[in-house]
Amino acid sequence: MMNDAVIQVKDFRKTYGDVIAVDGISFEVRKGEIFGLLGPNGAGKTSTLESLEGLRAPNGGTLHVAGVDPLSEPRKLRHVIGVQLQTSGLPESITVDEAMRFFCAYHGVDPRTDLLDRLGLSEKRSAQYHQLSTGQKRRLSLALALAHDPEVLFLDEPTAGLDVATRVELHNMMREQREAGTTILLATHDMAEAEEMAGRIAILLHGKIVAMGTPMDITATGAGLTKVSVRTRDASLKAAGVSLPAVDHSSTSDEYQIYFSSDIGPTVAAIIDHIEEKQDTLIDLRVERPSLEDRFLEITTVGESQ
Amino acid sequence: MRAFLNHFLFEFKTGIRNRQMLFMNYLFPLGVYLLLGFIFPQINPGFLDTLIPSMVMFAIIGTTLLGMPDPIVSARENGIYRSYKINGIPAASILAIPGLTTMLHLTVVTAIITFSAPFLFNAPLPVNWGVYVLVFLVMAFSSASLSLLIGVISPSTRMTILYSQLVFLPSMLLGGIMMPTSFLPETVARISLILPPTHAMNAFNALAMGQEALFNPWTGIVLLLLGGVIAAGLAVYLFNWDRHNTTQRGHPLLALLAMLPYVAGIFLMG
Repeated sequence: MMNDAVIQVKDFRKTYGDVIAVDGISFEVRKGEIFGLLGPNGAGKTSTLESLEGLRAPNGGTLHVAGVDPLSEPRKLRHVIGVQLQTSGLPESITVDEAMRFFCAYHGVDPRTDLLDRLGLSEKRSAQYHQLSTGQKRRLSLALALAHDPEVLFLDEPTAGLDVATRVELHNMMREQREAGTTILLATHDMAEAEEMAGRIAILLHGKIVAMGTPMDITATGAGLTKVSVRTRDASLKAAGVSLPAVDHSSTSDEYQIYFSSDIGPTVAAIIDHIEEKQDTLIDLRVERPSLEDRFLEITTVGESQ
Repeated sequence: MRAFLNHFLFEFKTGIRNRQMLFMNYLFPLGVYLLLGFIFPQINPGFLDTLIPSMVMFAIIGTTLLGMPDPIVSARENGIYRSYKINGIPAASILAIPGLTTMLHLTVVTAIITFSAPFLFNAPLPVNWGVYVLVFLVMAFSSASLSLLIGVISPSTRMTILYSQLVFLPSMLLGGIMMPTSFLPETVARISLILPPTHAMNAFNALAMGQEALFNPWTGIVLLLLGGVIAAGLAVYLFNWDRHNTTQRGHPLLALLAMLPYVAGIFLMG
């Protein structure tokens, strides 16, 4: 067990009648870490998050958040966690300012209007909740989650429906929180976000963790075919019968010849040799490692078929 | 305390800001008051003698039974209570504050009815103001508690309407609001003692308006108070944070315990 683990999940099980939502998963999240929880719908992400937030009772195993048992110590828990819910859970007629005052009053802290300014809600402080756009509702939810400076932050699809600028701002805030020592559990469908933000991730499928590690670890453990896209002046590579080492399969897209290679060194060397031999000219050559999304699809597709 | 006051202020403003709640808190009871005030005395001049308590009683049961349960069900359905739970807002506050703010709105409506009826309709004012206020407060508390309990046990907004109407309609017809309980057949009058407004109307008429009591009004006040306390306690006990939460502390049928004082009233006073 890691000494600085802030979130500890051990053999956690959650069932609904005969349905097993989470089947004995274990993981730990260290202080100041952003941990991504990925998985298709129904994989058990929400059950895990909600149990850690104290909203559901586990059917087995143990959960601890900052040393607090979410189920038996709800009063302690509320001071150490901040939660941005997917649905913001605010009354339709509450104004942005009122919501901030309301939640801060229950946490015993002064209203954090600076967070509203930072998240671009300063002009909406008098607006009622139902008058806000989806993005504004999410930003307000995040501001409320951060208002009491929690030790652990639970983010459920935090950037869904946000414009690019707000998404960048939100990511910056997440990084700042991480730097300040806040532990973040991030549930998301956005693979690019998980790859960019999370130090480690766990992929859930049918209530079990099927992969866990850094995004790089996880992408490295797949079939690992690297995509090599080449464009030349005379398109000499398009000629039939060009055989390249370590290439699993190839395709053509616009001006590009695309190869999926299991070993890019010999493949790229052979491409260069071929171009020189044919006295062609290289215009563009791109090498793309398999993304987390590719690996996620690979894992979930195999998992579903099993 | 700061949190409680903040919550109270927000809920009170919502009662005016939200169109549906504004309608249920003010426009509906005052609209019906004006309508009945102009029409009923023409049909039945005796109605004028009880116009003020009748319309106050209508305001109380209309605003509470028809206005309070639905927002509770909607808030639970929309995940508002989940976010309240995460942020440590206690169930007692979640239920007590709408109850108290509704009583405050009812106080405003009652004041409007009480002080405008003599000018608009020549209706007599209460002769005992202290008891008038006491009966109003006890009935408002009792009805608000019962409404909270209905909201807590209702699985959906559709069922909320059914449960609310199960109390509201008989109360309107048999509770002494539209016609005196003394006009009812003896058996029906006895059964009507299961309805909180029957006790409140009897207490209003006998103790505040100087009319004849049909049964002991003070016992009725005690039963109303008891019913309110039991209903409020059950509402907190049976409160569910969200519709997905499958662990309930008790079966919704436990809510029927709130009717115990009134059932006892049938045997005590019938």
